[in-house]
Amino acid sequence: MNFWIVLTVNSVTFGGLLFLLASGFSLIFGLMRIPNLTHGSLFMLGAYIGGSVVIGLFGFKMNFWLAAVLASLTVAALGALIERFLLRQLPGDQLAQVLVTLGISFMAADFCLMVWGGDPMSVATPQGLGGFARVGGAVFPLYRLAIIAIAVVVAIALWMLLDRTRLGAMIRAGVDDPDMARVVGIRVSQLFTIVFALGAGLAAFAGIIGGPILSVYPGLDQDMLPLALLVVIIGGAGSLLGSFVGSILVGFIYNFGQALLPELAYFVLFLPMLLVLLLRPQGLFGRHVP
Amino acid sequence: MIEIFSATNKLRFIALAIALVALISLPFWVSGIYYINVGSQILFFAVFALGLNILVGYAGLVSLGHAGLFGISAYATAYMLQQGFGHTTAVAVALVIGLASMALFAVLSLRSSGIGFIMITLALGQILWGLAYRWISVTDGDNGIPVRGRPAPFGYSLTDPVNFYYASLIIFIVAVAMVFIFVRSPFGAALMGTRDQPRRMNALGYHVWMIRFYACLFSGLLTAVSGILFVYYTNFISPQTLALTSSAEVLLMVISGGPGTLLGPIVGATLVVVIKTVVSGFIERWNFLLGAIFVAIVILVPEGIVPGSIRLWRLIVRKRAAAPPAPAATTERTP
Repeated sequence: MNFWIVLTVNSVTFGGLLFLLASGFSLIFGLMRIPNLTHGSLFMLGAYIGGSVVIGLFGFKMNFWLAAVLASLTVAALGALIERFLLRQLPGDQLAQVLVTLGISFMAADFCLMVWGGDPMSVATPQGLGGFARVGGAVFPLYRLAIIAIAVVVAIALWMLLDRTRLGAMIRAGVDDPDMARVVGIRVSQLFTIVFALGAGLAAFAGIIGGPILSVYPGLDQDMLPLALLVVIIGGAGSLLGSFVGSILVGFIYNFGQALLPELAYFVLFLPMLLVLLLRPQGLFGRHVP
Repeated sequence: MIEIFSATNKLRFIALAIALVALISLPFWVSGIYYINVGSQILFFAVFALGLNILVGYAGLVSLGHAGLFGISAYATAYMLQQGFGHTTAVAVALVIGLASMALFAVLSLRSSGIGFIMITLALGQILWGLAYRWISVTDGDNGIPVRGRPAPFGYSLTDPVNFYYASLIIFIVAVAMVFIFVRSPFGAALMGTRDQPRRMNALGYHVWMIRFYACLFSGLLTAVSGILFVYYTNFISPQTLALTSSAEVLLMVISGGPGTLLGPIVGATLVVVIKTVVSGFIERWNFLLGAIFVAIVILVPEGIVPGSIRLWRLIVRKRAAAPPAPAATTERTP
């Protein structure tokens, strides 16, 4: 009984992390029509930068949460630069843009290997969250519950941003019909930079708060990117609700798969994708087939 | 007009003959087994790139999961040999598994084209990688599967690097001939039609999905063949071969050389293999360079090296051809 409860909590935690990663991915996809293949690298970069600040690798040490904010802002700025100076060179050529993001992801992976070496870096859980909560007979690590709470807060904040603000309305207009949005005077290309930076920052944030439970290692980018892709294929591009449902679903299948069929965990992930592609190619909550 | 065509044809024929002679005589004029092995690598990676080019260049479908297909055939060969089967059985099973996986890939990913196709093939390729990495009871995980010995068709043992080179060369020539015939066949024309105008082709009564599906199978066949050659060459297969970097590497071969040309993937494969071999002697950071070249090619020479140089060559030739009449016109005017 306890085993199942712990597994469920772990699944929801992992789903929450995935949501932080995939919501930005999905927004970028929805707006710019490209899967940003650097997203895994941005996640890893955030984890490495944040982790080194927390353990004081480069001479200065910081509180976990401050480090998280710092790493997210740094990576968000990097995302804005990538969009502005590389992707902007290829307007409208989505294939070339995807390939550029792929090339950057290799450069980022090798850069991390060069700076941080091949050994995994373990990041301690932030102060005050190292303990456990007892509910009934079950024991839950506090930090995992905190991740779930953060994911829910971010989800609500993103929903407010998209649904209640002027910027959100412009982004939604851009996702639905970029040409029409341009006609009514929305500077869609400026939105590209904003959304790209937002997505990059969220990915980096997910990376650092995932650090204590996943640890940080070379190849983390290639472990996370397919999961983000799966979430978007299942949930539908550009849909916040889709990313949420998709993340939780993938979180459950991944964790239960790993616990019950460890050798085939990656393969089991394939099943929901197969079903969605066959029955609803635009994704559960998507508007159009990519 | 006809003269020009026959002249270029003659030129092409001469170039082809020179290339063939150079390739056949390669083991005689390069010194050392090392370079012969580099030659073999170029040949089977060129077959791989030719296979991917069927999709990227002629069908307009960019796949980022081809290393998975390449790897699954290699794994199948290694696994069958490890289980004690003979080379013929192992190769046959590997071809069947490679083609069956390609068919499955195609059924899933052909539900969309363009960006959707990239995403789905990438996810599928990563799943095959995950399978190779985690399904330890079959693949032995990160340790990979070693292969002992190479086959000896008609009594020529491929353990000898020169014999292996010639075997790769024969397969390479057959692959080039197949692609050459394929591209000029009505089917090839139909495939390029579905690349440029899928809706119009559909309206004309062509079954766009089926045409793309067959193109995938053809691509899968070349990929599987090159995967089998690869595993016999390295005598080892590990999950790294199926990683996204490998898919990107072969895509770089196609894109750098020139997608949709016969020569492009061959030039691209040569370039990538040579850079990789030369560079890995000096620095460890091959992936960084791979990424940088990728970005540079996509932004600076998006059409690829072969079409790029042809355009440049034509520009020079036209200038030279246009130059003589100019003085003639002035002499006419002067008297």
